[in-house]
Amino acid sequence: MHFTIGDFVLDVVQNSVEAGSHIIEVEIDEAQDGVHARIADDGCGMGSEERERALDPLRNSGAKHPGRKVGLGLPFIRQAVEQAEGSFSLKSEKGKGTEVRFFFPASNIDSPPVGDVVSLFVALLSMAGTREMKLRRTRARDGLSYEVKKSELVEAAGDLSSASSLSLVRQFLASQEEG
Amino acid sequence: MAKMTLDQLRALRAQKQEELEKRNVEGKDIQVIVGMGTCGIAAGAKQTFDAIVAALEKHNMAGKVVIRQTGCMGLCYVEPTVEVVMPDMPPVIYGKMTSDVAEELVVKHLVEHSLLDSHIFDRPAIDIVKH
Repeated sequence: MHFTIGDFVLDVVQNSVEAGSHIIEVEIDEAQDGVHARIADDGCGMGSEERERALDPLRNSGAKHPGRKVGLGLPFIRQAVEQAEGSFSLKSEKGKGTEVRFFFPASNIDSPPVGDVVSLFVALLSMAGTREMKLRRTRARDGLSYEVKKSELVEAAGDLSSASSLSLVRQFLASQEEG
Repeated sequence: MAKMTLDQLRALRAQKQEELEKRNVEGKDIQVIVGMGTCGIAAGAKQTFDAIVAALEKHNMAGKVVIRQTGCMGLCYVEPTVEVVMPDMPPVIYGKMTSDVAEELVVKHLVEHSLLDSHIFDRPAIDIVKH
């Protein structure tokens, strides 16, 4: 089971990449009432039947891993959200894309911690195969707010599959997070 | 630390010009691939990924390595998994690569060109792995 909210986000974005998305948007908002996360992509999307199957841990399509019916990414989020009395929504349209939103209330002891957001963003940015990522981050308690685009970071720091570029981007993101 | 601007990031990149010369993917011959499926993430692959990048930087290997992510490699029982592909070494999939062994992976496999026998879970053939 995942430990942080960042782990859940990373898992969903992995799906977005595998769905052939060109643009993926990720938002992490630490509001006063809790943490709101949103992941939206323009990938292949799902029809109503696929959408239902995606939420069932034991009834996967088998498309990603032939012969295997287990798919735990989204069911994990839904389970964690239910335990913490938060909320979860999945919107998807075949051929258009998918949007996943979830919320963990600050008042519930079962809500997981946000985790290391810099680490999460570095992991997201290094995923191959997606041209653009827009990462938005806000935090109410100190007014933190920033947005980064993968294309701008690639232009400034170089190809993000390179470990040295990733180190530079990590420094950049850490400064945004503290600033 | 004040918020860094994109211009400052560019300047920082320029400072590392020596590494930059090796930055083209074509010019790099070492690939490190971290499994980031649900199973990998649950086992701490994100921390492993971070630790590998930090260790590469520490041992001056960052400019020579392409680091990638992939989904589940089918070895969920030994996550986190990391595949290393480089010249003069067999391609190896390592398992149980938690962040605390990431530096050992970089030093032994990438720098010293030897294998971490106890973490090998797929390839090379079993007869060349010492037990």
